[in-house]
Amino acid sequence: MSAPTTATSPAPDTTTPAPPVRARSQSWRRALRRDWQLYSLAILPLLFFLIFRYLPMLGNVIAFRRFQPGGSIFGEYWVGLRYVKMFLNDPTFWNVFNNTLILGGLTLLFCFPLPIILALLLNEVRTRRLKQFVQSVSYLPHFLSIVIVAAMVMQLLSMDGTVNQLVKAGDGEAIPFLQRPEWFRTIYVSSEVWQTVGWGTILYLAALTTIDEDLYEAARIDGANRWRQTWHVTLPGIRPTMVTLLILNIGAFMAVGFEKILLLYNPLTYPTADVISTYLFRMGFASSNFSYAAAIGLFEALIGLILVMSANLIARRTVGTSLW
Amino acid sequence: MVTVEAAERPTETPPRPRRRRGIQETRGYRVFQVANGIILTLVVIVTLYPFVNIVARSMSDEAYIIAGQVNLVPRGFTVDTYQLLMSDSLFWTNYRNTVFYTVTATVVSIVMTTCYAYVLSKKQLKGRGALVGIAVFTMFFSGGLIPNYVLVTSLGLKNSVWAIALPNAINVFNLLVMKAFFESLPVELEEAAAVDGLNTYGILLRIVLPLSKAIVATMVLFYAVAFWNSWFAAFLYMDRQELWPVTVYLRNLIAGATGAENVGAIAAADEVQAEATLKAVTIVLTTLPILLVYPFVQRYFVRGIMLGAVKG
Repeated sequence: MSAPTTATSPAPDTTTPAPPVRARSQSWRRALRRDWQLYSLAILPLLFFLIFRYLPMLGNVIAFRRFQPGGSIFGEYWVGLRYVKMFLNDPTFWNVFNNTLILGGLTLLFCFPLPIILALLLNEVRTRRLKQFVQSVSYLPHFLSIVIVAAMVMQLLSMDGTVNQLVKAGDGEAIPFLQRPEWFRTIYVSSEVWQTVGWGTILYLAALTTIDEDLYEAARIDGANRWRQTWHVTLPGIRPTMVTLLILNIGAFMAVGFEKILLLYNPLTYPTADVISTYLFRMGFASSNFSYAAAIGLFEALIGLILVMSANLIARRTVGTSLW
Repeated sequence: MVTVEAAERPTETPPRPRRRRGIQETRGYRVFQVANGIILTLVVIVTLYPFVNIVARSMSDEAYIIAGQVNLVPRGFTVDTYQLLMSDSLFWTNYRNTVFYTVTATVVSIVMTTCYAYVLSKKQLKGRGALVGIAVFTMFFSGGLIPNYVLVTSLGLKNSVWAIALPNAINVFNLLVMKAFFESLPVELEEAAAVDGLNTYGILLRIVLPLSKAIVATMVLFYAVAFWNSWFAAFLYMDRQELWPVTVYLRNLIAGATGAENVGAIAAADEVQAEATLKAVTIVLTTLPILLVYPFVQRYFVRGIMLGAVKG
């Protein structure tokens, strides 16, 4: 999120002025001599990024190479687009692709606006104690392990759980919710809402406190009622935060809830629950087809990157707020 | 940061000026206030209910659970299952692992994040833009599951704490929060220390870090909670059950119930065909440490998030 700072910072940019090569290497030598202790502090972190972040990116070449377990991490020999063609012709892949879009879309549809609404509601609470209590409670689920959240979901939805007791009280038959593909999306999105919405209000509440009180005063003088004040003052006031979070949400779109789905789905719910990341997980670890799984993973990561870059571009063009 | 403080500190003067909007409350607004109160009460109930339900189940007799009669309060009160679980040596081994993994990984993360954030906070440093870019790019593009797995395996990190600690040593969001904090420190102090003959390491250790206790504490919390809660890395890289953290213990306990086949067969199949009560007890005992420290640490999290956001 601090990308704008870095982009606009007065930090010496090594590329733009393009000074003569000798002067440049000289200034580097001077910087090294002066700041070598600082640079030395960056060595271990840089090694971390290179080994555990950038090397795996290169490791994606196994999507185009034959990979043997125990062999080179970059594979044995080139096979071209074989694995790419394979997944493009794989009907299961397109099914999980659709599921990813639907689950990602539903998550965005609910988990992006709900924190805004909750923050606006909290903002109207007059009793400070009450407001803080609601905030503290609503942040709590954020601190739980996904395993615990999944376990709670399972208990609530089990045949003897609370939800089924409600169903039975309404004269219905108990439903094995987690075995039913038609219920999976509802379950997933609800649990996601339960876990993320409270925490999601923090940045909006912070943004709300920065809105200039005079703007409300002016709106009131112009005869705006509270609803119009919210519409014309509050919402524009938190728009930069909204846009930033929307872009970040879109960036996470493709990676939708991998760990949670892995915990909650089962073969009976694959038709709606299986997403790209879980499918490639099974391809890699159940079928030991690492190259195939890597090809799918690379495809997913590239779409994610394209999505976040386009969202950023569109945001910059239309509302003038962007990550970089 | 000023706004953050203001937002957080409970003020004793009840009517903040901003609440005095409008000369007289319209009727519509009073209706809204009531509706708002109801909605927020529902939010609180819905958020807390699963916790209450789990505790109730954990202290109930199995028969009542199967009959579907346990909701808010325990039925057929018993704590036998707690004793049963606590006598399971694997549970305690796994709990100890969680503590050990969390402490080790957090220490590694803190050292790495602090060093890099300090370097990045030096605005005059040549090549700083590139150093920031290297980190930020990884927020939006990653190598993915398979290449990471292949890498960690071929480095021989499987079945060791390093498989958990090293691949997640730096969280870029945390890095940016810390960098923002270091940037907000007055430069004069460090300049004075340099004049006094301290080198960079000395300045970091003796001047900067003592001033940064709050942010370091926040970072420790961020990382510790993340590692405490993590399960997937251990699930992927720990082949033997005595190496699991408690989250994987719980995962295997609940996986038996859904009929989810143990795809990957990385973790061994469950030996325990557990009853509903046992699951509830395990959930309670796994959640308990988080719930106990939550009231005390919550505000540090909020402050950390906002510091990152305000500066970012």
